[in-house]
Amino acid sequence: MVRYFIKRLGMMIVALFLIMLLTFTIMHAVPGGPFTNDRKVSPEVEAALNAKYNLDKPLPEQFLGYLKGILHGDLGPSFKYIGKEVSDFIKDGFPVSAKLGVVTLIFVLLAAMPMGILAAVKNGRWQDMMMMGVATIGVTIPSFVIASILIYIFSFQLNILPTYGLDSWKGYILPVIALGGYSVSYIARLMRSSLLEVMGQDYIRTARAKGLTETKVIVKHGLRNALIPIITVLGPTVAGLLTGSFVTEKIFAIPGLGSYFVTSVTHRDYMTIMGVTIFYATFLMVMTLAVDMFYCLIDPRIKYE
Amino acid sequence: MEPVLKIENLKTSFMTSNGEVQAVRGVSFSVEKGEILGIVGESGSGKSVTSMSILQLLADTARIKDGRILFDGEDLTKVSKKKMREIRGEKISMIFQDPMSSLNPLITAGKQVEEMIKEHHPNKSKAELKQEVLELFEKVRIPEPEKRYRSYPHEFSGGMRQRVMIAMALANKPELLIADEPTTALDVTIQDQILRQLRELEKEYGTSIIFITHDLGVVAELCDRVVVMYGGLVMEEALIEDIFEKPSHPYTMGLLASIPDLEQDKSEKLMPIAGSPPDMTNPPKGCPFAPRCPYARNICAQELPEFVEVGDRHKSRCFLLYEEAPADENNPFRK
Repeated sequence: MVRYFIKRLGMMIVALFLIMLLTFTIMHAVPGGPFTNDRKVSPEVEAALNAKYNLDKPLPEQFLGYLKGILHGDLGPSFKYIGKEVSDFIKDGFPVSAKLGVVTLIFVLLAAMPMGILAAVKNGRWQDMMMMGVATIGVTIPSFVIASILIYIFSFQLNILPTYGLDSWKGYILPVIALGGYSVSYIARLMRSSLLEVMGQDYIRTARAKGLTETKVIVKHGLRNALIPIITVLGPTVAGLLTGSFVTEKIFAIPGLGSYFVTSVTHRDYMTIMGVTIFYATFLMVMTLAVDMFYCLIDPRIKYE
Repeated sequence: MEPVLKIENLKTSFMTSNGEVQAVRGVSFSVEKGEILGIVGESGSGKSVTSMSILQLLADTARIKDGRILFDGEDLTKVSKKKMREIRGEKISMIFQDPMSSLNPLITAGKQVEEMIKEHHPNKSKAELKQEVLELFEKVRIPEPEKRYRSYPHEFSGGMRQRVMIAMALANKPELLIADEPTTALDVTIQDQILRQLRELEKEYGTSIIFITHDLGVVAELCDRVVVMYGGLVMEEALIEDIFEKPSHPYTMGLLASIPDLEQDKSEKLMPIAGSPPDMTNPPKGCPFAPRCPYARNICAQELPEFVEVGDRHKSRCFLLYEEAPADENNPFRK
């Protein structure tokens, strides 16, 4: 188990290195740079700026310099906001995204699990049709469309919910639905299919043959087995929700990490792009590892050697 | 003797998109106290569906269309869901074919057996429950019961898992045990141990057993009486000695001829029954075995023969046994 854990950590470092290399290469392959503006800067000023941030050096050298900084825990300065460090963005943006993410995650779990379970138990009946209808809409319609419709109905027509910000609990309602809509639908569908599959297993018949009530059969024997695929997708889902969605944050003007990220890409703010990408990647990998470790607790057949 | 279970004219169908599959088309038999009754037939003969109908453990698409299942003075096709749950596991229990998949992989063997007792005797204390499970494990010869109590199903071999299933099935000393091909998935040596185990337990507890199998060899070893099923019907019913000495149905004879015999001359080939079982969405009008029967006459495809008495506790369903049947060369029963 410990050996497996160490091995996974090693693989994470390799993956992280590759991600950095790839992001760095693609980023520099895109035309433009942090100091190319609509307003023309004089070539002398641009050259001076490039020299200050080492952008005049060959790319491999820049990359190595960046790596050195990373090893010292330094994500570097922002090229766009003078005097700001990339780590400041993460410090400012992540808590906002994470708070919205946690609320959304709770909403996702509380909505998706009962939906999926109900649909599976009422397989083929109207409850199932309805749940899966809603879920299909949720996975197919993109979040910005859902967000726009929600804003139109609840903010402009009914005027009961704010269109932006997270100042009161009311502010959370629309972003949570827009951000979590896809995950709710996806997990509800997964829960349904997983539970249906489990309910057809021989050990469910054994449980029924014991004389257990259907509720006990579903809860004690069905659900726990059906949760295994849910846990698998929960890792990436948690990472995705907590690190923020740039679309949702943009629409609702939420100063989370996602919105910083989008801005940094349009501004070619190289350091911020790299820094946030690394943060995202690390978070995702840690969540995936956490999920894999969590398997051991729920499924005795899984042992890591 | 008073039968423990009596099935009368049971008809069970599956409603599928291709139409109604008439898996069981009017089956009657009874099980006496302390008796081991074998139900034999090939895949699709309706033997498993018959047994699943007793405890109503069939898929959602199945319907019991007609007939009665009498147990303890009640018709199980009519009892409430609650009553059915009280019977399941307490008065009638089951062992299934595949011990690999019949146990919940996430719960320890001990807990799964314990659950069976707890469900029907909620007042028993934790210590009592555990003690009972350990005794059961010992009874079915699971070595190191204390350790095995905490083991998960995947840590057991197939034979050991089937022992866990048997321990579970016998936990509440049921009046009837239905074993649906419990040894089919096991090695021959393990098979033998399990059969012996069942025999011993039947003697000790006085539990009646319905033993479903396609293997007449196993029946010979274990059962007191046999019901032979084909095409959703009972073809022959007889005491164990009679089925081997005086088989009274061409299908039974076919089954017997297809059992390999060690003393058999090697030049003598095994006799398979040619053809395959009928399509039950559209069951034949006459005898379902007629298309494969070497002795079939015109009438066999036209009408279904009656299930008639042919000897002491021996019944069969074949026109060739009728008194008016011609006693010619092609009649195995009247040469």
